[in-house]
Amino acid sequence: MGKEKKKVDDRFKKFGTVTFTSITKINDFIDKLEQGKIMGTKCKECGLVFFPPRADCYQCFKSDMEWFEVTGKGKLISFSKLEFAPVGFGDDLPYAIALLDYGDYKVFGRIAGDVPEDEVEVGMEMVTVSNTLPSGQLNYVFQKA
Amino acid sequence: MGKVGIIGVGQSAFVRGYPGSIRELAFEGFKEGMQDAQITTKDIDASVICSAPEYDKQRSPAGVFAEYFGLTPQPTFYVETLCSSSSMGVRLAYSLIKAGLHDVIAVVGFQKMSEISSAESQERMGRGADIQWESPFGTMMPAYYAMYARAHMAKYGTTSDDLALIRVKAATYGQINEKAVYRKAVTFEMFSDPESPMSNPVASPLRVGDCCANADGSSCVIVANEEKAKALCKKPVWILGLGAASTAVNMAGRDMFTGLTVGEQAGEQAYKMAGVTAKDIDVAEVHDCFTIAEMMAYENLGFAKPGEGKELIKGKETYKEGSIPVNVDGGLLSKGHPIGATGGSQVRTIVLQLRGEAGEMQVKDPEIGLVHNIGGVGLYGNVTILGR
Repeated sequence: MGKEKKKVDDRFKKFGTVTFTSITKINDFIDKLEQGKIMGTKCKECGLVFFPPRADCYQCFKSDMEWFEVTGKGKLISFSKLEFAPVGFGDDLPYAIALLDYGDYKVFGRIAGDVPEDEVEVGMEMVTVSNTLPSGQLNYVFQKA
Repeated sequence: MGKVGIIGVGQSAFVRGYPGSIRELAFEGFKEGMQDAQITTKDIDASVICSAPEYDKQRSPAGVFAEYFGLTPQPTFYVETLCSSSSMGVRLAYSLIKAGLHDVIAVVGFQKMSEISSAESQERMGRGADIQWESPFGTMMPAYYAMYARAHMAKYGTTSDDLALIRVKAATYGQINEKAVYRKAVTFEMFSDPESPMSNPVASPLRVGDCCANADGSSCVIVANEEKAKALCKKPVWILGLGAASTAVNMAGRDMFTGLTVGEQAGEQAYKMAGVTAKDIDVAEVHDCFTIAEMMAYENLGFAKPGEGKELIKGKETYKEGSIPVNVDGGLLSKGHPIGATGGSQVRTIVLQLRGEAGEMQVKDPEIGLVHNIGGVGLYGNVTILGR
């Protein structure tokens, strides 16, 4: 029996400007994001929908999920443009964090850098799109619908 | 089972760059609490140490402090719920006493935030949110609360000017609180003066003046069962009600953005347990880490209807002479917010008020006071109701 070094699945380290998690059971999220898809999970047993995606269902205690794609328009619940940033995010300034309401779930992320601040208002419809940062890291951003 | 009382309170001055180690900082609050209670370490049979982690190198500070305080071999507990750690510590002390395990417990909260830079501190605090799904976007506390401010403004027509009034009130009392980190006046005009740092944007719509002051500090609350409280203390203040709640860490898991569910739920529990309503509260300490947080607390605690918090501050009803005085010690905004020490400091203020010992900050003859303490971005909430 040869000793094989176990390969670590740390795909999640590609998420965001600075990542704080690299190993998670929903690492496939990153592959989908690379394909331009933002995905949540739905429990195959009880149908509960999760965004952000999770591996485990707290309602039925099953860990059997299927992926669904975040599509269509969400309504802007709120946003804030940052003038200061935490350590590691300074080069991204200024940027705005925001929350979209899709009805069955909500999505937290950033507003796309090319959307002028004076065109953003609470209640407007936006879409979530995948985004590659200058460093090659991945995230998703909101654009005007 | 009898009542549970508070027989001593203390806090260090809240300062920038405390010139000592964390055990020395914590000792300042502890010493004042013990001297206030006029007891010795032999009277204490357990300690509860409270802080938010990762501001200093010491792991498991409870044992270290217990030794420094002379509280060994008594058991010691470490409690952490971010900014509400020491209110949760008081809740733990209450339950340990009610369970009959201990008679007199010292709850000591502390934080030495100056060990790291402001940007590092923002990063640490940002990681008090969801590090897997939110922090990678570059989040920080002011921006989260700014999202609540924006939603409140959109729904209720609250303005930045309304929020500025809350800071002006805080500074009014920060100036007369000798333990406050920010002792200067803040005027309404400063918010529209580009020369004033108060007007600088931090995370829209919040400005520097809307944000609390980081500080180093410690606090102490000595909690005792009824028998000990009556035997050891002339003016015990009784814990009448306690409430605590949690919610989704990720904004995406929440449904309310114009208030904090944890504040509302903890408040309802505490009112019910104490058998009182918002109208019965004579003086309150609420968690004003940002001006919008105080505005939401007015509404979540029932001092004002949802959306009408701005009328309270416009009418100066939350000033010392108003119908419901709030944060008349300067609040987190001016007194300062050394995370783990904050809840204990709020309890101290209310205890002094109920004993009639609040000096220049004294509200006229209060009988029932309330402490509202939030951890993270409305992640944890504690409400404690105290009475004479």
